[in-house]
Order: sequence, then structure tokens, then C-alpha cells
Amino acid sequence: MLTILFDGIAYGMLLFILAVGLAVTMGLMNFINLAHGAFAMVGGYITVLLMQKMGVPFLVCLPLAFAGAALLGGVLERTLYRPLYHKPHLDQVLFSIGLTFMAVATADYFVGSSQQIVQLPEWLKGRTEWGDGAWMLGMGHYRLFIIAVCAALTLALQFTLTKTRFGSRLRASVDDQRVAAGLGINVNTVFLGTFAVGSGLAGLGGALGAEVLGLDPSFPLKFMIYFLIVVAVGGTSSITGPLLAALLLGIADVAGKYYIPKMGGFIVYSLMIVILVWRPQGLFVRKGGQ
Amino acid sequence: MWALALALPLVLPRHTLIINEIAIVALFALALDLILGYTGIVSLGHAAFFGMGAYSAALFAKLVMPDPLLGLLVGIAAAGALGAVCSATILRGTDLTRLMVTLGVGLILMELANKLDWLTGGADGLQGVVMGPLLGKFEFDLSGQTAAWYSMTVLLLVFVAARRLVHSPFGATLKAIRDNRLRAMAIGIPVNSRLAVVYTIAAAAAGAAGALLAQTTGFASLDVFEFHRSADVMLILVIGGVGWLYGGVAGAVVFKLMQDFLSSITPQYWTFWIGLFLVVLVLVGRERLIRPWTWWSNVSKGGSA
Amino acid sequence: MNTPGTTAHDTVLSAQGLVMRFGGITATNNVTLDLKRGARHALIGPNGAGKTTLINLLTGVLQPTAGRVVLEGQDITTLAPHQRVRRGMVRTFQINQLFDTLTPLETLAMVVAQQQDLGGSWWQALGSSTRVTARCEQLLEQFHLTSVMSQETRVLAYGKRRLLEIAIALACEPRVLLLDEPVAGVPAGEREELLQTVAALPADVSILLIEHDMDLVFSFSRSMTVLVNGTVLTEGSPEKIANDSRVKAVYLGHGDEINDAMEGLAHG
Repeated sequence: MLTILFDGIAYGMLLFILAVGLAVTMGLMNFINLAHGAFAMVGGYITVLLMQKMGVPFLVCLPLAFAGAALLGGVLERTLYRPLYHKPHLDQVLFSIGLTFMAVATADYFVGSSQQIVQLPEWLKGRTEWGDGAWMLGMGHYRLFIIAVCAALTLALQFTLTKTRFGSRLRASVDDQRVAAGLGINVNTVFLGTFAVGSGLAGLGGALGAEVLGLDPSFPLKFMIYFLIVVAVGGTSSITGPLLAALLLGIADVAGKYYIPKMGGFIVYSLMIVILVWRPQGLFVRKGGQ
Repeated sequence: MWALALALPLVLPRHTLIINEIAIVALFALALDLILGYTGIVSLGHAAFFGMGAYSAALFAKLVMPDPLLGLLVGIAAAGALGAVCSATILRGTDLTRLMVTLGVGLILMELANKLDWLTGGADGLQGVVMGPLLGKFEFDLSGQTAAWYSMTVLLLVFVAARRLVHSPFGATLKAIRDNRLRAMAIGIPVNSRLAVVYTIAAAAAGAAGALLAQTTGFASLDVFEFHRSADVMLILVIGGVGWLYGGVAGAVVFKLMQDFLSSITPQYWTFWIGLFLVVLVLVGRERLIRPWTWWSNVSKGGSA
Repeated sequence: MNTPGTTAHDTVLSAQGLVMRFGGITATNNVTLDLKRGARHALIGPNGAGKTTLINLLTGVLQPTAGRVVLEGQDITTLAPHQRVRRGMVRTFQINQLFDTLTPLETLAMVVAQQQDLGGSWWQALGSSTRVTARCEQLLEQFHLTSVMSQETRVLAYGKRRLLEIAIALACEPRVLLLDEPVAGVPAGEREELLQTVAALPADVSILLIEHDMDLVFSFSRSMTVLVNGTVLTEGSPEKIANDSRVKAVYLGHGDEINDAMEGLAHG
């Protein structure tokens, strides 16, 4: 059971890193970006291709995945997303679905539709087990690695948000764009930077997750709903909200699929619906916030 | 003009299949227009009701009796009931919340249909749905004429009903809710109950479309619940124009023809072109699509209302 | 409807000890206000005094942290906004809340139809009831909207939009009317006319008016309440208010008199 918990936490942390960029850009630009999963996919494919075609070691691929996705995100934000910020949500949904379709088809065309295999370095394979019987905690080393990396990133994010100038500019822009602009904050740069970092994190998540979640061209569509759940339930006004939501989602999904395999997928969706009907603004909203 | 449309299956006997498809999709889009265009609810899970109608009608034909009209009514009732239940979920929350909830419902139904494979045939789908003759006289034969007529007639009937609805006081209150929910409440409109009613109606209409699909093609499969269906129908509605009822029909025609054409060129990657189309459409501005004279205008339409 | 046999309450709308807290801020502090039948009652106070919040509490847009709202002798504190409208309490908004894609004709027709209980009817066309169209024409004329009645609301000039805002409220056949700065932004020439239309309502319609223009307030109202920082400072007839030094202090900012006014508030 502890192993389930452990796996759930690993899954949840991964989801958090994947979805945190979406949460922040939604809160910041009020833009429903259903194409977020495509950036994750890009990161995953960068990693896989670099490892397979050029023999780049896994650990080096990770920052490259981040950089590649961030770059793509930055370019797209500047060119395509920016004119659309004030459009109605329907338009944003249509646009991002369109982008997703294009990304999926492009991946299919260039790389093929089969699952990609990631060859983990030796020191990440294997498992450590503590305790025995029902209380056994089996920790796959890779999952341990994921938890460690994601935790470090979370701390870095929290630090950036609360202790740096960029962080305070970001928080000001989220609170009230016009006032922030009036204070001399270059809102465009904040948007660009945030979107790029968010996409980069998604790419990193895609790279990390390729082994655990699988990687094929339908990745953005398959997992889009999970990212959206994290954002909708966790709210967009903090990063602890999505973090808790992601952990909840991860544990619920893993536990659900293990204990009640027939009903696996339901648990997550039903839980989400119940939560959203009960608290339409998400579970963890700042008091007095939007 | 409707007489012309109804005559089509006779005039183009080799295309009855696609005419049938267009009619079904147009009905589905019409249903979505009621909640998207007239009430302002962005729903990505409307396929849930489409699928519900399809499976109910198919099961009815297989297990009870193959009369098409009764099966249609069963499909409508089942989808409508589901819509009434689900309407509780869309009353509160932001656009994103509603999006998520509608998406979630669609996915749950797909899972259900998958897991209850003793009833639904699971991933293989429900095969061998044989329909009895329509009104006791018209056989559903291979020429597809009966099927095409059947679908078009249902589409016509629902369309007429929808027109009366949107031009009635009830329809006006829907538009009021869409434009300014706060004010709608402040003039005494029971917003929640209106939303529930229109959502149920839209679900029932989508169920009709699904039932028609199952009945005219002879089987029902899991893809009726897929996200693609919900996304495609939204795209169709947007192409034709949201909020003027004919949009569903116009969009269905354009979309299906485009799909046919593109699929024959690039069978695997036509979603790419659809995606590109969507991106360009939004960047250029949705309203401009049905006003070709604005395509060459330099004045940017910018944000629409 | 008034049930015969009960004493016709002289007080038609009553706010009793209303308190509204948002986080650390008390926007409404123990406000009690009685609106008599047929009243022409003004609510004044400096900006940020909480006047619109009070209207939101009365109409059900906000749920009070404490206190009650009583309409025609019945506690309506838990009723939803649209239910209060059905009972005859209608408001206008300080910032126009209109239906941008509908025309004034469609807007008013819809409201009138809703009022005549046709709102749920889905088979008849909107314009088919003569009672509805007749009332619409009446309202359109009364508010000088006939010339623009078929244009989409979003293209109308501000003055016309404001007129429509009020017209919508009147189309609801109110028994209690809460007007939130009705003439804000309306050109000078039309202001008097607008207020006269409102003043010409039947005597048993009770009106609560928020307004900043003192001339208008004093010419229109027969009684007033002064609200400062969410608390009732004083109430009474226009003459009494005009001569109250505390009120003058609050508006004009004289140091000592402000202190006196504040002390007066603290000690009740």
C-alpha cells in the first residue's frame, strides 16, 4: 500500500511539473491553452531522439528538453498567442485544439505513431525495498529520481515567485494587469518569460515522463485532461494549489487503477466533477480571490 | 429550399451516404448551437449525448424491437434524461470549470461503454443493428435513399422546432443569459432552471443525431464518445457560424465535403490541415469567414464581443 | 400581492442590522433602514461608503454576514435575486448592465413577456402577443428610445443606454425600485426629464435612490439616509440633513467637525 502511495506521489509530482506552466499562464493571461500537452510531447521527443540518434546521455537531455520546449513556447507566444489574449474563450479553445491537432499530426508524420522507448541509464534502473508484507515500501529508483527533481523544481519555483523581482512582477501582473502596467512593469515581457518557462517545464516533464507515461503522438490529447484537472481543481492563484491537486490526482489515479481495475478511469473523472460542482473556483482558492 | 434538399437523395443516388452523414452531423451541430450559440456555454463533451442516443437506439433495436421511429424516440429520451442529470454540473463555475466538467462527463461515458462490454460490445462496438422498415413501408436498403430521407426529415423537424424556440420569449431569455447573466437574474429570469431546460433539449437533439447514426449505419462503436467528435462538431458550428441555426447545416456541408476531399489526398494526416484551418480561422477572426468581402480588408477585426 | 386582511405594512422594505464583511473589511456595519410605502427616499454618502454594497445585499447579489432583509413583512434574506424580482423589488445598476446583442425592442419585449409570465413560452414568437408589444411601445416612447429601437444595444450612445437601463427596470413593474445613480452620464438636458418620469410613477411604488447630485437629490426626495464607511450616520428629512453639521463635515472635510461626526458614530 505504501508503494501505491509512493507511486502516486511520483505520478502526482510529475503531473505537477507538467501542469504548473498551464496553471500560471491561465491565471496570468486568462487563456485556455489546450495545446500545453504538445510542449510536453516536444520535450519528450527531443529527449528520445537525442538519445537514440546522437547518443546523448539521459541527464544531459533533460535540460535540453527544457530549453527546446521553452524556445518553442517563447516563439509561439510572441507570434501566435499574443494577438489572441482578449478573444473569447471559445476562440482560444478552438485555436489551441487546432495547434494540438497540428502537433499530433506532425509528430506522427516525422516520427511515426509507435510508442517510444527510453533507455534509462543503469543507475536509475532498479528498486529499493523497505519493510515487508503489506507495509512494504517499494521505491523504484527512477520514480525516486522523479520525485527528487520535481521537488527541487517546486522549491525553485516557489523561491522565484516569492523572493525574486521577476516573481513579484509576475504576481503583480496576475493580480491586476492594468495596475501592473501602470507601475512600469513590462507585462509583455512577463507574459513571454512565463509562457516560455511554463512550456519548458512541460517539456522537461514530458522528457521525465516518457518512461513512466509513455510517449507517442497522441500524448497531448491523452493527457490534456489531466493537466486541465490539475488546473481546474487546484486553481490558478497559487502554485501550492495545483501541487496539492496534482498529488491528489496522482494518488487517486494510481490507487484507483490498482484497487478497482474495472473502474480505474472513473475515479479521477468523477472525483473531478464532484469537486468542481462543489467548489467551482477550484479547491484551493485564495480568500477573496477571483 | 428545403424541398430541394429533400429531393437530393433522389437526384444524387450515388451520394446518399454522404448526404445522410451530413444530415446527421448537421443535427448534432444544431443541438450544440442551442447551448453554445444561444446560451453561451462552451461544451467539449456534447458527444456524450450523441453517443448515449446512438447506443440506446442500437440496443433498443437489438433487444426490444427494430422499429426505427420508436428507437429514435428512445434515443432522444435517453439522451435527454442524461442531459437533465448533467445540467446540474454546468450551472456554476467559470468557462474552464464548465469545459472540464463537460469533458469529464464525455470521458466517463466512454469508459462506461468500454467497461460494460457485455452490453455494449466494448471496443468492438455494437454490431448487427438491423432496422425494420420505416413507417412499416420503407425498407432501409443498400441504396441508402430511405436512410438519407429519414435523416433529413428528422433534421428538418428539429430545425423548425429550434427556430420557434429561439424566436420565442424563452429564446430571448437564453440570449439574455448569454449576454449578461447578472442582469438576467436582476429582471427575474430563473437562470438556473432555464439553463437546465435548454441543456436537456440540446442533449435530446444530440441524442436524436446519435440514434440516426446507429440506425442508418447499422452499428454503434466507442468513437461516438470520443473527444474528436465533440471537437469536430464545435468546429463545424464555428465554420458555419455560431448563433444563427443555419450555421450547423452550412458548416456540416462544408466540413464533410472538406473531410472527404482531404482524406482522399492525405488519409492519415488530414487532422493536420483541420488544425491549421482552425488556427488560421481564429487568427483571422471567426466572423470574417462568412463575409468573404472582408478577407482582403486591412482593417483588423480584433477582438469580437 | 398584498393579502387582504393583514395590516398593510407601512414599511415596505426593511434592512435590519445588515453586516457585510469581506475578509478583513467591514463594508456594511450594522445598517438598519426602513423604506415606507410610496417613499421617495435618497441614500447619500461619500464614495466608498458602501451604498452599492447595500443595494447588492438588498437584492440578493450578496449574502449578508449578519442581519435580515424583510420585504412586505416577509423575511427574504435567503431568497435568490430572481425570486426577489418576482416579488416586486427591482434595481438598476450604476454601470449599465445591458444585453449587447439584443435591440432595445427585443430587450424590453423579453422583459415584459417575462413579467407577464410568458418567459417560459417557447412556441410563440416574441412579438406575437399584443399585450407585450403595446407595453413595449409605451416604454420605448416614455424613454425616447423609439428612434433606436431596432439597433443592437452595443452600438447605442451612452445616454440612450442609460435610458434603456432604467426602462428595463420599469418594464419589470416594480413595487420597490432601487435606483443606483440613475442619471450618471446622462446629458444635462435629459436628467430632469428622466427623474420626472421616475417621480411620475404611481404613488404606491416605493423608491430608494442613490445619487450624488445634491440638487437632484433634494428636489426629488422626501426623506434621506446618510451612509459613511458602511455605517448609517443619520437620517431624516432633506432640511434636517442639509443643516446637519456632521453631514457637512463628512462632505466638506472640516477637521474638527469630522472628529465630532466620527465620535458621534462611535457612541451611537
